[in-house]
Amino acid sequence: MIAFDELLIRYRGLERRDLSRWVENHWVLPERHAETWVFHEVDVARVELILDIRRDFAIDDDAMELVLGLLDQVYGLRRQMRRLCEAVAAQPEEVQDAIRRALPKSR
Amino acid sequence: MAQTPYEVLGVKTDASPDDIRKAYRKLAKQLHPDLNPGKPEAEARFKTVTAAYDLLSDADKRARYDRGEIDESGAERPHYSYRPHAEGAQGWKYGPQGEMDPADLEDLFAMFGSGGMGGARRGRGARGEQFAMPGGDRLYTLTVDFVEAAAGGKQRLSLAPENWLDVTIPPGIEEGQVLRLKGKGDPGIGGGPAGDALIEVHVAPHPYFRRDGDNILVELPVSLSEAVLGARITVPTVTGPVTMTIPKGADSGAQLRLRGKGIHRRGDPAGGDQIVTLKIVIGDSGDAELASFLETWAPKHPADPRRGMVS
Repeated sequence: MIAFDELLIRYRGLERRDLSRWVENHWVLPERHAETWVFHEVDVARVELILDIRRDFAIDDDAMELVLGLLDQVYGLRRQMRRLCEAVAAQPEEVQDAIRRALPKSR
Repeated sequence: MAQTPYEVLGVKTDASPDDIRKAYRKLAKQLHPDLNPGKPEAEARFKTVTAAYDLLSDADKRARYDRGEIDESGAERPHYSYRPHAEGAQGWKYGPQGEMDPADLEDLFAMFGSGGMGGARRGRGARGEQFAMPGGDRLYTLTVDFVEAAAGGKQRLSLAPENWLDVTIPPGIEEGQVLRLKGKGDPGIGGGPAGDALIEVHVAPHPYFRRDGDNILVELPVSLSEAVLGARITVPTVTGPVTMTIPKGADSGAQLRLRGKGIHRRGDPAGGDQIVTLKIVIGDSGDAELASFLETWAPKHPADPRRGMVS
């Protein structure tokens, strides 16, 4: 866990008004804790992701909104897919085999 | 772009340790500098192959490489990938609009129930039943103050914009304990029940309180005159300040017990105690008057406080 100001120190090039705006836009969702924001690991990784995207692709806020929205959808689906895979993995061998046989070959 | 160690050895990414060893030996025989005198390119490749083998033959390093934590040379990657976080326990937080639209998922899972997408049977199981699936659990972390953890309280956990959970902290909760809020996880799909919210609680340390089971320990500074003459003093407890009597002639390190001023778990009316350990503090390098008094003072019954320690 890391505080707002510590994040600014850790990432040179990250400005206070940027990070504030990202939190306002709900791109980063830190935990509200006693009048301040606390960033968990997932939030820090999220900040890093936004910094990387901004630097590597030089995109503006509108495009960032779109990119993050799409990324979140992909990860949301991957999470659900993983749950499904876990459910399949918990089945008896013969059920798993049947599922594998029933999967159409990918083209 | 640099080759991956798998490409260097010419093995698949799911190769067994045995396959990797065989591939390495084969290449090492071909490329060994002793067998290729005067061929610097062979020597360079031999080094690359050896480095790749060093990485892949160490199960731990190989796993870290596969997770993207280290690069081909074994060096830490400067950035850690967002993916393990997005797919980790807390990743749901950044799901679309904070949570998955259950309707989308029904579409997705309907594919599994109906033997393919589309058609009139879409969204129905083989026997014509609606596909139903319980929602997943969500893991949150919440940091609470020491005093709140000891005495209990309420916290509002902000999850996402316009979305929060009111969490009741039971008195005496411990570091790492997980609270389960039924039905506060992912919504169920196709009429399935919602998952649970699992809240891992972290307790922030306190500047002077510590815990020993249900007892609260505190080291309490007292002045020399309070210790010698006794005093009524105010002491902090997790449920607010209380008054306590220091007996005459109390020693540094003496422990006083405040009964029932520790942690009261639900269904435990007696509760723990607060144990106060006295610490005599002289303060700003002592008072000049006190020092001159002690210089002229001869106790009637002198006692050696270190008796028995030094022979």
